[in-house]
Amino acid sequence: MPEGAIDSWVALAYLIAGVCFILALRGLSSPASSRRGNRFGMAGMALAVGTTLYMHHVASMAEIAGAIIAGGGVGWLTARRIAMTAMPQLVAAFHSLVGMAAVLVACAAFLNPTAFGIADMVVPMLGKPFAVIHPVSRIEMGLGVAIGAITFSGSVIAFLKLNGNMSGKPIMLPGRHVINLAVLAGILGLIGFFVTDQSPWIFWTVTGLSFAIGFLLIIPIGGADMPVVVSMLNSYSGWAAAAMGFTLHNTAMIITGALVGSSGAILSYIMCRAMNRSFISVIAGGFGGDSAAAGGGQAIDRPWKRGSAEDAAFLMQQAEQVIIVPGYGMAVAQAQHVLREMGDKLKAHGVRVKYAIHPVAGRMPGHMNVLLAEANVPYDEVFELEDINSEFAQTDVAFVIGANDVTNPAAKTDKTSPIYGMPVLDVEKAKTVLFVKRSMGGVGYAGVDNEVFYRDNTMMLLADAKKMVEEIVKSLD
Amino acid sequence: MDFISILSIFVLACFIGYYVVWSVTPALHTPLMAVTNAISSVIVVGALIAAAAEGSVLSKWLGLAAVALASVNIFGGFAVTERMLAMYKKKG
Repeated sequence: MPEGAIDSWVALAYLIAGVCFILALRGLSSPASSRRGNRFGMAGMALAVGTTLYMHHVASMAEIAGAIIAGGGVGWLTARRIAMTAMPQLVAAFHSLVGMAAVLVACAAFLNPTAFGIADMVVPMLGKPFAVIHPVSRIEMGLGVAIGAITFSGSVIAFLKLNGNMSGKPIMLPGRHVINLAVLAGILGLIGFFVTDQSPWIFWTVTGLSFAIGFLLIIPIGGADMPVVVSMLNSYSGWAAAAMGFTLHNTAMIITGALVGSSGAILSYIMCRAMNRSFISVIAGGFGGDSAAAGGGQAIDRPWKRGSAEDAAFLMQQAEQVIIVPGYGMAVAQAQHVLREMGDKLKAHGVRVKYAIHPVAGRMPGHMNVLLAEANVPYDEVFELEDINSEFAQTDVAFVIGANDVTNPAAKTDKTSPIYGMPVLDVEKAKTVLFVKRSMGGVGYAGVDNEVFYRDNTMMLLADAKKMVEEIVKSLD
Repeated sequence: MDFISILSIFVLACFIGYYVVWSVTPALHTPLMAVTNAISSVIVVGALIAAAAEGSVLSKWLGLAAVALASVNIFGGFAVTERMLAMYKKKG
């Protein structure tokens, strides 16, 4: 075949790979079609890799195969073994790898630009010939390496915070906004300068500064804002792939980058909306730090009712409908399996059981849904906030386990509350609220006291979430 | 391909992404993040080009390292997505 015809076939192959990735995301519109979607994603990836290897004269097939097997093996084993509760940190770790891969590819492209077809050879009268990288490619490369490096160091910090290696408390540096803006301006300025001068020091300084800014951006952000951070880093990893796609003129990479970039951006938006916070205020950081001490103080004196597992079991047995509201505490206690057992027992007693999920429950979007699915809770018993909120008024028992801020009615009434305006689950409208909590002292991440604890129709079940539910299950026999 | 046709593909793909992602059910947002993670590792294409090329030894090894990292993500991302999706079951 003539050269041009082959190029067209290759472009077509990358385009098909891109379409496969679109179908992969499209499949996620319902659990029924989701697995087919995932297969499309795998097929697209195989096509992209196969086409690349077929098209290029590969001088080092054995090494490449080794790298794929080694990396793939690690990834596959991790995916098989990881506990579902650890999904947020796994995703953060994976993001960091995409970021690092983007950085490495950009560095390789900078060192060997002719291999990527982004440079012209210049043969001067004197001295050695050298490659001049196209100006547009320099911008794309600079952006690619910068976004990749930010994704990498930001995700490493997010991973350490989610994995508990680092405190979830925000770390506030003095003058951090000034420092951050200066570093960002420096990166953009240097990328601009890179167009006129392709000296290595510029490229490496951009890389170094970007690693630093990723780190600086994430350390002031507290644990409860992690769903936004993880989504944001997801978005960055997409833009990094897109920037490298521009450099390589590769449609599969550009389509994928755009998909992933918008996906992460939309998830960040959904998470921010669910907390009634602006994206800027999340990025500025510091939420859930100092205010915690102030809100907890006055909580101690007010009267509240304490219940036992037997009381809870009795109340729920008598109920017509029970709505279970899980939160991050359920994940920490690994209580999802025993919770499903409780649900089964209740159903055997003729009780209707539903689950209500707040969009920011847990540490990443959809975290609770995965844990419940792991525990074999059918997905048609699990409802989103807007679909179930009107039902609390006709519900006998709301069973809150490991959630706090997302049930706080202060968000609806108290204009001075830090969570004012955040959409919350109306658990207090149920006839009885059973609130599983470790102790009365602690407050939620937002650092505000929850009115629900002290209401007449609330019964506090103070214990470890898993132990409490186990005892309730025993009492239900 | 010239810059403007690439930019066109990119902009249109952003719009596709916008509509496709809004149609994803919130219950599957965690698998969505895992699978976007896996597909963004299509950056492996760039890594393979670097690893396959001759001319710079350092560039080749950087490429190989990137291939390994991206492979962790590709296999890990798709496998963990598959594992999660297999858990979503209907009643009965």
